[in-house]
Amino acid sequence: MTEKKLTKGNIALAEGAIQAGCRYYFGYPITPQNDIPEYLARNLPKCGGTFIPAESEIASINMVMGASASGKRAMTSSSGPGISLMQEGISYLAGSEMPAVIVNIMRCGPGLGGIAPTQGDYNQAVHGGGHGDYRNIVLAPGSVQEMFDLTIKAFELADKYRNPTMIIADAMIGQFQEPCRLVPEKPVEFPEKPWALTGRRGREPRLLKSLYLGDYEQEEHNLLLKQKYDEIQEKEVMVEMQRLDDAELIIIAFGTPARVAKTAISMAREEGLKVGLIRPITLFPFPTKQIYEHSKKAGKLLVVEMNTGQMVRDVRIAAHRDASISFYGRPGGGFPFPDDVLAEIKKALDGGPR
Amino acid sequence: MNAIFKRPDSLTDAPTHFCPGCTHGIAHRLIAEAMDELGITDRTIGIPGVGCCVFLYRYFPIDALEAPHGRAPACATGMKRAQPENIIFAYQGDGDMAAIGTSEIIHAANRGENITVFFINNSVYGMTGGQMAPTTLLGQQTTTSPYGRDFNTEGYPIKMAEMLATLEGVAYSTRVALHSPKHVNQAKRAIRKAFEMQINEMGFSMVEMLSTCNTNWRVTPLEALQMIEREMIPYFPLGVFKERTGKDFL
Repeated sequence: MTEKKLTKGNIALAEGAIQAGCRYYFGYPITPQNDIPEYLARNLPKCGGTFIPAESEIASINMVMGASASGKRAMTSSSGPGISLMQEGISYLAGSEMPAVIVNIMRCGPGLGGIAPTQGDYNQAVHGGGHGDYRNIVLAPGSVQEMFDLTIKAFELADKYRNPTMIIADAMIGQFQEPCRLVPEKPVEFPEKPWALTGRRGREPRLLKSLYLGDYEQEEHNLLLKQKYDEIQEKEVMVEMQRLDDAELIIIAFGTPARVAKTAISMAREEGLKVGLIRPITLFPFPTKQIYEHSKKAGKLLVVEMNTGQMVRDVRIAAHRDASISFYGRPGGGFPFPDDVLAEIKKALDGGPR
Repeated sequence: MNAIFKRPDSLTDAPTHFCPGCTHGIAHRLIAEAMDELGITDRTIGIPGVGCCVFLYRYFPIDALEAPHGRAPACATGMKRAQPENIIFAYQGDGDMAAIGTSEIIHAANRGENITVFFINNSVYGMTGGQMAPTTLLGQQTTTSPYGRDFNTEGYPIKMAEMLATLEGVAYSTRVALHSPKHVNQAKRAIRKAFEMQINEMGFSMVEMLSTCNTNWRVTPLEALQMIEREMIPYFPLGVFKERTGKDFL
């Protein structure tokens, strides 16, 4: 068995990037993600990599674009306000079909916001953020181990689909420590990149662009992107499901609230309440089918988030029409404690709101 | 029979989308000639900004990346760091570099990124229809300075070549003009020199080219060429503002 080391979430993520073959990191300081650039500033040069402390998040994402266009694995990380500044570049990456990994260890917001754990950027990550008709692949780690494993997965998915991939985590997942296996579970995949700009030697020139001015060219391009997103939805859903066999109520939560929910579910089970968990690990693609099937059977859903209700909308779209859906949210750094969630479970089982 | 004049190999035969009289085409040709002479076409990657220069890939048979508005120097930074063996150039207009992209150009230059930037200064936003740019001359009428640029409200035209020359990371910063055969020859030498700086790993190089936009200036092509001499050069003096002769880093 591989040895586990007590590791901070952000460090596991940074080490995951290195082990995924990422050799280019560009970033600008912002709390609560500074451990990531600091770790990479120390360790990338040791493996022949490049770290640039960029002048802004705008520059960071465009440096990522330059390295990614060169066929190299590149990453940036930030939080709330910085991720907002990157949206222009993320839209260009999506439009030009370039891979990139963008990490958001979320701040509370809106505005400068606080640095306590929160999930206020779900909509920004999952439903756009930048301009135009595009999707990010979005991964939501729920443990330090997943900060490591999903970072490797993020690079693989980004390359496979030539699409920006975001990792969003609350500051709890970024800042706390857990035992973590810091070696990949399986060999890291490196897809060929026959589109990379490397100088035209012996071949036709290549172009990466997102401007389509000809009649219907842009529509054709957007429909091709849509096909890709449909394929991602079909093939790449990752979801953790627990205690669903006899569940009469299913909690749906990601990141830290899912961990709290597990404790609350154990407490509920001790009292004889039949409660299960669906934890989306990919937020796009969203586990729509799984939620539909299980909500049909269980009938009651309780969505727990650290915001005022963002993922709950996707749950409403996914759920069976007869399912009743409750929501419990703690925004702006507020924290859902197991007792609170247990109380919500009881309320929902007593016939909570549709 | 010897050819004494032909299209450079590094220029395609695509008809340009530039307006008749525009000097972008001259800049393109000079860059292509320099690539031919230096034998770097196979390993050169171009990064156009947003604006009239965005279709760069139609005219140069090289790999190209379309950058977001003003961000070409940051894209070029990431690209050059990822493939230092190749020649990376950005091609920006004045709205792109001197307005929305000032942060990216200054910091790429200050880091001494070993890239080359070609800067077309025609004193207006060309593609969007001739709006006022940071380089618009005092008194110049544009669609968004209809009463003429006034320094009380719009400030003074920004001098990029001089400003960048103050940064230690810059190896070469020069301003040339594209309005007469003599000046075109000078521009050609500057473009070649800028590429050579990158080939010799001297650091950041930038060539500012005073260009015409007769369409948006609302004048004939000939009058536009005369306006470079008469109105632009007095405010934007030509010359080399910084030229590193050895790897004389601090």
